[in-house]
Amino acid sequence: MIRAVLVMNTQGKPRLAKFYEFRPVEKQQEIIRNVFAVLCSRPEHVSNFVDAESIFGQDARLVYKHFATLYFVLIFDGSENELAMLDLIQVFVETLDKCFRNVCELDVVFNYSKMHTILDEIIFGGQVLETSSTEVMKAVEEISKLEAASSAINLVSKSVSSWRSR
Amino acid sequence: MGSQGGFGQSKEFLDLIKSIGEARSKAEEDRIVIREIETLKRRISEPDIPKRKMKEYIIRLLYVEMLGHDASFGYIHAVKMTHDDNLLSKRTGYLAVTLFLNDDHDLIILIVNTIQKDLKSDNYLVVCAALNAVCRLINDETIPAVLPLVVELLSHSKEAVRKKAVMALHSFHRKSPSSVSHLVSNFRKRLCDNDPGVMGATLCPLFDLINDDPTPFKDLVVSFVSILKQVAEHRLPKSYDYHQMPAPFVQIKLLKLLALLGSGDKPASEHMYTVIGDIIRKGDSSSNIGNAILYESIRCISSIYPNPKLLEAAADVIAKFLKSDSHNLKYMGIDALGRLIKLSPLIAEQHQLAVIDCLEDPDDTLKRKTFELLYKMTKSSNVEVIVDRMIEYMISISDDHYKTYIASRCVELAEQFAPSNHWFIQTMNKVFEHAGDLVNIKVAHNLMRLIAEGFGEDDDAAYSQLRSSAVESYLRIIGEPKLPSGFLQVICWVLGEYGTADGKHSASYITGKLCDMAEAYSNDEIVKAYAITALTKIYAFEIAAGRKVDMLSECQSLVEELLASHSTDLQQRAYELQAVIGLDARAVEAILPHDASCEDIEVDNNLSFLNGYIQQSIESGAMPYISENERSGMGNMGNFRSQDQHESVPHGLRFEAYEIPKAPTPVSLSSVTDLVPVPDSMYARETHQITSVGLASDTGSSELKLRLDGVQKKWGKPTYSSPASSSNSTFQNPVNGVAKVDVATTVNSKARDSYDSRKQQNEIDPEKQKLAASLFGGSAKPERKTSTSSKVPKASAASVPNKESGEKTNQPPPQDLLDLGEPTVTVASPTVDPFMQLEGLLDPSISSTVSHSDGAVTNAPDIMGLYSGTTSSEQRGGGGYIPATGDNLNLLSELSNAAAVRGTTGEAIVSPLSQSVKGANAKDSLEKDAKVRQMGVTPTGQNPNLFRDLLG
Repeated sequence: MIRAVLVMNTQGKPRLAKFYEFRPVEKQQEIIRNVFAVLCSRPEHVSNFVDAESIFGQDARLVYKHFATLYFVLIFDGSENELAMLDLIQVFVETLDKCFRNVCELDVVFNYSKMHTILDEIIFGGQVLETSSTEVMKAVEEISKLEAASSAINLVSKSVSSWRSR
Repeated sequence: MGSQGGFGQSKEFLDLIKSIGEARSKAEEDRIVIREIETLKRRISEPDIPKRKMKEYIIRLLYVEMLGHDASFGYIHAVKMTHDDNLLSKRTGYLAVTLFLNDDHDLIILIVNTIQKDLKSDNYLVVCAALNAVCRLINDETIPAVLPLVVELLSHSKEAVRKKAVMALHSFHRKSPSSVSHLVSNFRKRLCDNDPGVMGATLCPLFDLINDDPTPFKDLVVSFVSILKQVAEHRLPKSYDYHQMPAPFVQIKLLKLLALLGSGDKPASEHMYTVIGDIIRKGDSSSNIGNAILYESIRCISSIYPNPKLLEAAADVIAKFLKSDSHNLKYMGIDALGRLIKLSPLIAEQHQLAVIDCLEDPDDTLKRKTFELLYKMTKSSNVEVIVDRMIEYMISISDDHYKTYIASRCVELAEQFAPSNHWFIQTMNKVFEHAGDLVNIKVAHNLMRLIAEGFGEDDDAAYSQLRSSAVESYLRIIGEPKLPSGFLQVICWVLGEYGTADGKHSASYITGKLCDMAEAYSNDEIVKAYAITALTKIYAFEIAAGRKVDMLSECQSLVEELLASHSTDLQQRAYELQAVIGLDARAVEAILPHDASCEDIEVDNNLSFLNGYIQQSIESGAMPYISENERSGMGNMGNFRSQDQHESVPHGLRFEAYEIPKAPTPVSLSSVTDLVPVPDSMYARETHQITSVGLASDTGSSELKLRLDGVQKKWGKPTYSSPASSSNSTFQNPVNGVAKVDVATTVNSKARDSYDSRKQQNEIDPEKQKLAASLFGGSAKPERKTSTSSKVPKASAASVPNKESGEKTNQPPPQDLLDLGEPTVTVASPTVDPFMQLEGLLDPSISSTVSHSDGAVTNAPDIMGLYSGTTSSEQRGGGGYIPATGDNLNLLSELSNAAAVRGTTGEAIVSPLSQSVKGANAKDSLEKDAKVRQMGVTPTGQNPNLFRDLLG
């Protein structure tokens, strides 16, 4: 089971934090701090895996991937495969890239709810739900469309239609 | 909203992000966020906020909480938003509550009702949002409120809803297994869902169920195998491919399930051999996900009933992993090696140099994994090297959690395999010195006991040698600064007990050291207590030996200091020391006999030796002792009496004179009762008890002995055989059949691999080779080994690797040993048609009542037909679901094809996409870049473009 998804920048500021088991706010902050401390102490060109037992409790592993100014981190237990989790990060980032066109840190900050929408289509309740970024995009677009339809004024709709017309 | 920031957010929010991005310190950031909280508190409670505005407030609250500040004042607004009819608001509300609330929060009760309503909604997106909230917010108390609704959704027409409903049930299972135990049949049914995505989702709960107890699911083995076969053979629609790998996550889950089901079950495992073999054979080791599947196959092979061919294939894959340049693959290789080593212990030898490389890698994760592997392959022959390495690493790290862990591993290995007492003590010293406070105090006591008792051999010379070597090493270490408390205790004790025993060191030398130590660690009372007791012992031994005791001045001052200590324990010890010094040799020897720490001390609980003295005192008029509870009982009694007879005030002084003692009589009970207001019977009972217990004390004391049983066993000869005869030992392995097969396979692969390893080793520095030799034993001379193995015919090759050590007693294995492998692999193709079995999963009565709109009932079991039918037309899913973007798929696969041609790994596949996008929207991205820089979210980053590194 996946226990948490974290996105943070290279200065340790959280950009997205989703915990699939409840953690109090203080604990969340502690985890984010500890994860960041581990990540920035890792040399380059080493494996993407870290043992996270001291951060997250029994049997926790951590997989991370570094893109430009952001770290994407997955924390999970022994019932998942590390290499596959690495690919899951890839799926997430690929989808973000499709969704935001050249995704950058600001997209992540300002489209907080959209990030969560995308993530919820990929990981559901701590289990992998979908791994095709095309499928995820389809679902997310449908959500955006219907959201737009149900809202009287909606500015997102403009950008949605512009994607669809491409 | 006049001023738009370009990201669909208000100016305020942009400013907030910007100012936080520019904040130079955590304190500044906190100030900004606290100001934001104040603003939000004010705004959010205004009446009639437009919905969009409200949504933004909630998002800002989430943001604030993500930065670690309390946003609880806004929770209720998030809950209110879930009630909204507007989809956007509702989804935002659900998102917020799932992030804010725990499943036992007071506000949940307000949401359950909304969830119930939304689960029944016509809009499938509302249902999905509700299901999302169900996973996170429903606890075992509220499960019954939504369970029937979720179960109903299992047959929803949208496969996205069915998938999520299965996952929601899975989350119920995790929270309260009993709540869904009656629904297991539903999971089985969903396994035959005509949408492969739903089938994949169903594997998650099944994995948990089978993990708990595989027995009731053994019948699914055939189904899983056939599903896996179909997936692996590209029978699923193309849209399930990921980097040209068919549904890899489903494959991985299935392999995990098979590993659970096949564990220790030969017939079940036999069903799996063919398909796992196929997957490994076809495995794509060029992509990340392909390797993930290969690794999972190895895990599966190591868990199910072993099959020689598969083990061989797994060993080949491991070799590939370990030879790779990628740290990730090396990590997986080491992990896989650790799993396989239990089945075929010889496999590690081929990879010894790779393992050592990993051990010296700068990557901590890899290093730790390698230590894990070494721990698994430790035997008495290589324990010294491995433990030394572990200690070296332990010293170098600062992570307490892992330090504790590796220290305990060191202790465990040292206790189990220690080649000599001396080595053991040295090792323990090192562990204590560097991780002392993290080591369980029990280990310290074990060590003391070991030094006191020896390892069980009766050789007195060895004893004293062990002790004096311990004393020597401690005298050396004692000068080091900042030793951990637990270790100091051991040192004090050993020095006190054995410091002067061999006569090498004078008492004043040892006592001086002890005093120094007590002074250096003056705020550790336990250490001081140990030190002063050690001093007492040394002086006592001196006195007993008839030498004159000259107390050093520093000892005297220490004792004086402790005499005035606040700790009564220290005070008492100091007084004891003083008292002991004043006694003569005979008395001292009785109090503190030399080397008697292991003698059993019989404690006379009732102090019966004092009986005579008491008797005498009582006769001369003393009050007999009255136990505490009796005294309080007497208080009541006294009250009672004073009412009755007005005789005595219980707590006051006694004013009447003592009666004249009667003439000494052996039994003076009657006189006693006269003196004290205690009824006859009571006192009689009491004395009776005392005497009876006193008599029993001899037998009772035997239970107070130290428990020393089980100690010898720990120190007995290790059960592992030495590596020189490792090939022999495999034959002797009681697990017959399995072990024989192992040897056959490893030999086959060894004959092949040894050539490679020789080629490698030519370029490898001798130091590493030496290390390898000491770690892996016998195979230090690879050249010779290869030369023999190439000459020797294959069948007898099994005994080659270690024959050079001269143990030729081992008969070459019988000819049919190798053949043994063959028949086991030929799996009798299942006579039962797997699809018939799949069909059987569907309870006919249920399936007939569930009427799918698209006639899925009849189609459901025929997965293969559906899948193959759809593959050709490149459509996703079965049933009537036709994807809207068939062209898109083609385009994508072309793109990824192009990427694959470029021969790059995983990441490259994104690049063509993003490149093409970038080309089309160069202006766009430039604008974005400019904006980003202007915003200053990442002040130091030059180019915030995320995919810069991908685009090279």
